[in-house]
Amino acid sequence: MIGLRLYMAQRISALLMAPFVLGHLAVMIYAIQGGLSAAEILGRTQGSVLWFAFYGLFTVAVSVHAAIGLRAIAHEWGGVSGRALDVLMWVVGLGLLWLGGSAVWAVTYGVAP
Amino acid sequence: MTMVAYKNRAHPLWLAYIVHRLSGLFLALFLPLHFWVLAMAASEPGRLDGFLRFTEYGIVKAAEFGLVFGLAIHMFGGLRLLALEWLPWSAPQKTLAAAAASASFLIAALFLMRAFG
Amino acid sequence: MSTDTIRLTIDRGSETQAFDVPAYESQTVLDVVSWVQQNADPSLAYRFACRVGMCGSCAMMVNGVPRWTCRTHVSKVVEDGALHVGPLRNLPVIRDLVVDMDPFFDKWIAAEGVHHGTRTRDDEIAPVDETSPARVEANSGIECINCSVCYAACDTVAGNPDYLGPAPLLRAWTLLNDAKDAGRVAILDAVSGSGGCHNCHSMGSCTAYCPNELDPMSAIAGLKRETMKHALRGRR
Repeated sequence: MIGLRLYMAQRISALLMAPFVLGHLAVMIYAIQGGLSAAEILGRTQGSVLWFAFYGLFTVAVSVHAAIGLRAIAHEWGGVSGRALDVLMWVVGLGLLWLGGSAVWAVTYGVAP
Repeated sequence: MTMVAYKNRAHPLWLAYIVHRLSGLFLALFLPLHFWVLAMAASEPGRLDGFLRFTEYGIVKAAEFGLVFGLAIHMFGGLRLLALEWLPWSAPQKTLAAAAASASFLIAALFLMRAFG
Repeated sequence: MSTDTIRLTIDRGSETQAFDVPAYESQTVLDVVSWVQQNADPSLAYRFACRVGMCGSCAMMVNGVPRWTCRTHVSKVVEDGALHVGPLRNLPVIRDLVVDMDPFFDKWIAAEGVHHGTRTRDDEIAPVDETSPARVEANSGIECINCSVCYAACDTVAGNPDYLGPAPLLRAWTLLNDAKDAGRVAILDAVSGSGGCHNCHSMGSCTAYCPNELDPMSAIAGLKRETMKHALRGRR
C-alpha cells in the first residue's frame, strides 16, 4: 500500500515541516494577543516575499504529507484499495495544494476590496 | 470483546501511535476549512472578522486549544517516530514518547495562558 | 486462587461457548483448554506440541492478547475468575482455536526469508566473527520460532492484509546482516514493495508481545534505513 517512494515523501515532508510548525506555533501565540482581525493578518502578510516563501513551502509539504497520511488511514480503516486509493491520495494532495496555495497567494499578493 | 481486546493490548508505544494517527486525521480534516477562512482575509475581510468574533466563545477557544495541542503533539510525536526509525536506538523510546507528549502539552499550555491571560 | 473454577469462554466460529473448568495451582491456559477437550467437549479443535515454549504452535488470543498458552499461567491473566480464549488474530480460522498459518509462512518467503547461499559443499565453511556489529544484529533476531504472536498483535496487519508483518521482516533483517547470506539486493527489493517494511507505523505491539523478547519493530526500522540508503546510493 505504501512503498519506498511514498514512505520517503512522507518522512521528508515531515522533516521539512518541523521548523515550519514551530514557526507557525510561535506566530499563532504572538498573533492572538489582543485579538485577531483581517486587517491585522493582511498587515503582516501583504507583499511579503518572506511570508509567501514560508507559508508557500509549508503548504506544499503539508499537502504531500496529509495526502499520504490519509491514504494509509483510508486503506487500513476504510478498506479503500487499488485505483480508488491512488485517486483519493491525488485528489486530497492537489485539493489541499489548490486551497492552501490560493489562500497564501490571496493574503500576500491579493488585492483587498 | 473487541474494545476490551484493544484495551488489554494497549501499551505506551501503541498509545503514541493512536494519538499520532488521530491528531493527524483531525488536522488533515481541519486544513480545508482553515485555508478557506484564511482566503477571506483578502476577498471578504468583513466576513473573516465575523468568523474571528466566534473565537471569543469558550467552546471555540476550547476547539482552538485542541487544534494547537493536536498540531504540537503530532509534530513531537512525528519527530519521535523519525528518531525511532532513522536513529538506531532501542530502549529509550518510551522515554522519548513521554518527553514528546510533555513538550507539546507545555506549548499548548503556553498558548492557553496567552489566550486567556 | 479464591475461586475453585475458572469461567472459560472459547470462540468457536461465529459463536462463543462457556465452560466451568476446575482451577488448580500452577495451571497454564493450555491446561485449561486441554481440560475442556478431554472432559467436556472432545470436538474442540486446538493446536499444541511441545508444551514448553519451543515449538510455537499453541499461540492463541487470551483476553484479547496473543500469547503462547503453554507458557501463560492462568493466575497471571485471569480477570475476575474468567478467561476468554480465541484463535490468533489476522489469520483465517480453520476451526475453533486452529488457524491457517499459510498466509503467515507465505509472507516469510515473500520477504525473501530464505537462505541465499554463498558457497558450495566443496568450499571451506565461512568464518563468522561473533563480535562484528552485523553478527550481533543478526543474533538478536535468530531465536524467532514462527509462532505468529507478533503477527496477531499487529494492527497494521489487521488493516492492511498485504503487509508482510513483523516476523517475516525480522527474518529478512536477520539474513541481511548474515555474512553467509548473499541475498542482499533480493531482500531489499522484497521488503520495499507495496506490502513491505514501509507500511509499519512503529506501534511496537510485535516487540511488546513477543514471548521470546525479540524486537521486530527495531529490525523493521533497520530495514527502512537500509532500503533508503540502498535507493539513495543508486541501488548498490
